[in-house]
Amino acid sequence: MKITSKKTVLSSVLIGLGLLVSSVYVAETPIPNSTAQKSDIEFNGVKSLRGETAIPDADKSASIKRLQPDIEPIARNYFQQPPMIPHRIREYKITLQYNKCMTCHSWDAYKKAKATKVSQTHFTDRDGNAQSTLAARRYFCTQCHAPQVDAEPLVENAFAPVHELEKK
Amino acid sequence: MIMLFKKFLAFLKRRAVFTVLTLGFIGGIVFWGGFNTAMEATNTEQFCIGCHEMESTVYQEYRNTIHYQNRTGVRASCPDCHVPKAWGPKMVRKIQASNELFHKALGSINTPEKFEEKRMYLAKREWKRMKKTDSVECRNCHEFGSMDYTLQSRRAAPQHMTGFDEGKTCIDCHKGIAHQMPDTSSLTDEERKEFNLQ
Ligand code: HEC
Ligand code: HEC
Ligand code: HEC
Ligand code: HEC
Ligand code: HEC
Repeated sequence: MKITSKKTVLSSVLIGLGLLVSSVYVAETPIPNSTAQKSDIEFNGVKSLRGETAIPDADKSASIKRLQPDIEPIARNYFQQPPMIPHRIREYKITLQYNKCMTCHSWDAYKKAKATKVSQTHFTDRDGNAQSTLAARRYFCTQCHAPQVDAEPLVENAFAPVHELEKK
Repeated sequence: MIMLFKKFLAFLKRRAVFTVLTLGFIGGIVFWGGFNTAMEATNTEQFCIGCHEMESTVYQEYRNTIHYQNRTGVRASCPDCHVPKAWGPKMVRKIQASNELFHKALGSINTPEKFEEKRMYLAKREWKRMKKTDSVECRNCHEFGSMDYTLQSRRAAPQHMTGFDEGKTCIDCHKGIAHQMPDTSSLTDEERKEFNLQ
């Protein structure tokens, strides 16, 4: 009895040691690095918003952008630009049943809400027919109007409004 | 030992009133404890979304709102907004809830389509209730007396200052903050006025 139990202890210690050694070896073996392929990819000088990250690689996660507190209406850059949204729109839902934006921007409500009323163009359908309600193509406001965050542009942009060009 | 027990029985017989009172007292404590436990158990978010009628509709919508997740990590759960805190009104609401169990059995809103059809009816009841109580559930957490207008946004501060002067209450302006709004096109003009909708 005594002898067998000694043997059991000895063999389990040996097995444990073996496992330890092999796992340390596995952990230290370098895993082939996928980012090593980066330089192999030819971008032909074209840079996407992802920069020079190879397709199989994960993008570097972007820093969190905070929505700005409400500010004054933002100056427009060109004729017929949809004005940008100068306020937070978290939880302003636009569903089939209900359009939260119109609770402040409709012609009925804008005075009380001290908001800009939607312009008349928003009541004209694509065939030029004036309608009594919002045109279907203007229903989803955030398709054209975007809220703003304080962030660097992702790509450089040489756009200048017309009067700026005239100065040159 | 047996003698002692017999003596005790005889004592109880002589003091029937005392016995009834004692048993009533003990029973009362047990019942009250159980009752309160039941009240607490049915006053949790887990209980509210235990039935799929709530889990697959309003709960999913609420999960995208500030009252579910926010900067400070304070959560307003279903009973915080839907069950009064004071004992009396809470009991009334719980008794009304038995009607909801009846409709659960009938399957009145057991599909998203049926729920959407009834949403206006349900929402109107909540709006009416909150108007009647001056939105007491909101004010349990947000009291306008404690609001610092200078810290509020450009749009919020002036609306609050004039709104409260005009006797408006939170629900007049803050509808659909936890769930999607129903289709309001079926409302009559009087109802629009009553609920402060255009
Ligand atoms: C609670 C009321 C309210 C809601 C809801 C609301 N807005 Fe506004 N919005 C305002 C107010 C007030 C202003 C004007 C801001 C100012 O002058 O300070 C404004 C300004 C704007 C402007 C700028 C107008 C201009 O002339 O530059 C746009 C664009 C806009 N909102 C779009 C939206 C969109 C899109 C939604 C829905 C996602 C929305 N708003 C929801 C109140 C609201
Ligand atoms: C298809 C794109 C598009 C959609 C959708 C759209 N808008 Fe506009 N919006 C514009 C453009 C372009 C302008 C500026 C030119 C004009 O007034 O038509 C504008 C102007 C505005 C203005 C400023 C009006 C003024 O008098 O200066 C407001 C406010 C506005 N939109 C609100 C809304 C709201 C609210 C919705 C949703 C119900 C909405 N828009 C949907 C494109 C859009
Ligand atoms: C359990 C407490 C509680 C209850 C009840 C409650 N709220 Fe809130 N509310 C909060 C907290 C916490 C926040 C988020 C604060 C933060 O982190 O900015 C919040 C945020 C808000 C906001 C700000 C939304 C935004 O986008 O900034 C509004 C509006 C609001 N609540 C209205 C209401 C109304 C209306 C009711 C009643 C139907 C109500 N609340 C009930 C705790 C509560
Ligand atoms: C007259 C209309 C009106 C009434 C009444 C009203 N609010 Fe507001 N509230 C607004 C508007 C408009 C905003 C800004 C736009 C938004 O957040 O959608 C706002 C914003 C808020 C905010 C966010 C503050 C910020 O700085 O953005 C909170 C919190 C809030 N309201 C809570 C309440 C509570 C609680 C009550 C009831 C005691 C109440 N409100 C009553 C119109 C009102
Ligand atoms: C911040 C407060 C708040 C919280 C939290 C909240 N509700 Fe509501 N609920 C409301 C208000 C206000 C209404 C009235 C309709 C509206 O304005 O959207 C409502 C309406 C409802 C309705 C009627 C149908 C409808 O969409 O109008 C149901 C059902 C409901 N809530 C269930 C729940 C459940 C279940 C939870 C928890 C998962 C919950 N609510 C959490 C405020 C809240």
